[in-house]
Amino acid sequence: MAVSTNRIIQVLKSSQVQLLADWIKVLRATVTSRAASTISDPEIQMQCQEFISLLSDAVAAGTLEDITGEPWRLVREFLAGLSRSRGRQGGSPSETAIFVFSFKEPLVAHLRRMFGEDEAAQLFSDLWECSRALDKLGLYTIEIHQQAREDLIRRQGEEMLELSTPVIQLWDGILAIPLIGTLDSSRTQIVMESLLQQIAVTRSPIAILDITGVPTVDTLTAQHLLKTVAATRLMGAECIISGIRPQIAQTIVHLGVSLGDIVTKASLADAFRVALKKLGQTITVS
Amino acid sequence: MTPAITEPGRPSIRVEIAENQDIVLVRQRAREQAHRAGFSLLETTKLVTVASELARNTLEHGGGGHAELEICTDGIRRGVRMRFIDEGPGIADVELALRDGFSTGKGLGLGLGGARRLVSEFEIETVPGRGTKVTVVRWK
Amino acid sequence: MDRIPILRLGQTLLVTVQVDMHDQLAVRLLDDLTTMITQTRARGVVIDISALDMVDSFIGRMIADVAATSRILDAQTVLVGMQPAVAITLVELGMALPGVRTALDVERGMEMLDDAGDH
Repeated sequence: MAVSTNRIIQVLKSSQVQLLADWIKVLRATVTSRAASTISDPEIQMQCQEFISLLSDAVAAGTLEDITGEPWRLVREFLAGLSRSRGRQGGSPSETAIFVFSFKEPLVAHLRRMFGEDEAAQLFSDLWECSRALDKLGLYTIEIHQQAREDLIRRQGEEMLELSTPVIQLWDGILAIPLIGTLDSSRTQIVMESLLQQIAVTRSPIAILDITGVPTVDTLTAQHLLKTVAATRLMGAECIISGIRPQIAQTIVHLGVSLGDIVTKASLADAFRVALKKLGQTITVS
Repeated sequence: MTPAITEPGRPSIRVEIAENQDIVLVRQRAREQAHRAGFSLLETTKLVTVASELARNTLEHGGGGHAELEICTDGIRRGVRMRFIDEGPGIADVELALRDGFSTGKGLGLGLGGARRLVSEFEIETVPGRGTKVTVVRWK
Repeated sequence: MDRIPILRLGQTLLVTVQVDMHDQLAVRLLDDLTTMITQTRARGVVIDISALDMVDSFIGRMIADVAATSRILDAQTVLVGMQPAVAITLVELGMALPGVRTALDVERGMEMLDDAGDH
């Protein structure tokens, strides 16, 4: 163990109470935003206390050089949790980072008090090492914050995709999925998944894919549609495609994509009629 | 390929592929890793199917070998990386082997080409007479 | 020795696959079914794979072979109960099983065979 590491542990362990008090003072002075000020005093106290205790364990077990190893795992997990929860409460990434950075001031002060100014060179190297480790930890909280945000954005994106592709039960045994807007790969994937899932849940033997609202169909989209039809058939249900507008029909022919023996109908109403017929049912207008 | 690093604290699982039953074992291990990586049902199914195809490939064309299954990350996403390693005759024409319908063994000849469509990353290293190593990654 | 049981219901044979099949088990099932169709003069085969959470190209080929072989022996095969995730994966794999008839569940598979037998 390095000499300096030894002294840092000494400071962390021996003056824990005073360190804690000083740190909270610094924290209260630097953090001014509304979100941060809603965190209660006892909560801050607890968070600071936990950080100091985890930090001294980590320094004792590992090195200040590398915070990515196993000795630092608990510190990282604690900061990750803190970062995520503050992110959810609307705090900015820098606020969580400041939590870590602000610990420098009391730590430096205590190191100085404990080891005096006569060992200037030694003190400098201590400070340097502490500072670097804390910088890394602070940046780590920013990374986690960013990740949490990205997760949120991705989840919202997925939810939006799901909302934009509702599967409707038209009749007992007949499902319809009206597609509106551009069909890209990820969307078709979700269409396929939710359609097949609904077929399984409702045990519907017929599904109508209505593409009236789809502006263009390229080779890739056509292939995706074909895959959906093929997967539906493997499950034991049948797929009818409706709402193919004249331009799209032309494009499909032009692209040389064969729709094979897939049933296609001009409108959703036509498709519905065919579906009823397949189920042995008819609608009579009286 | 994106540099995918193995997630710390999650060791790689090694499965020997010497006989037919081992293909089932590889599938089970792949399923376990998919669960650990938080894969959805569909993602899990795709990964397990790829594991099955590649394990059979190792057994039938490579004369047996082993598989290594591990959870990996590129910092943002999580995934499962699978390596299938044999010391068999190797593949003379990789392009041809990846084409649908190509088969020297049993099956429809969809093994390699089909597996490639089900993963995010696919890499074959093969030396005729020395063996083959297929590495695939599927991201969540 | 491992075997997948084949149930006889009138003129129909019902196979419910419930285990993660290894290749030899699949091959044996194909053999057993072929023998049973000839012995019992069955007119139809229903293969229920609702419990299978994976079908790879080998099992897929086995299913296609059962369908083709039974057709030669004048029996219809219906594959029933494929899970959504399995269906999507098979299609991505490039295996749409064009020669195999399908139904949502055993009941509908049986109905399908009855309808075919009437003609």
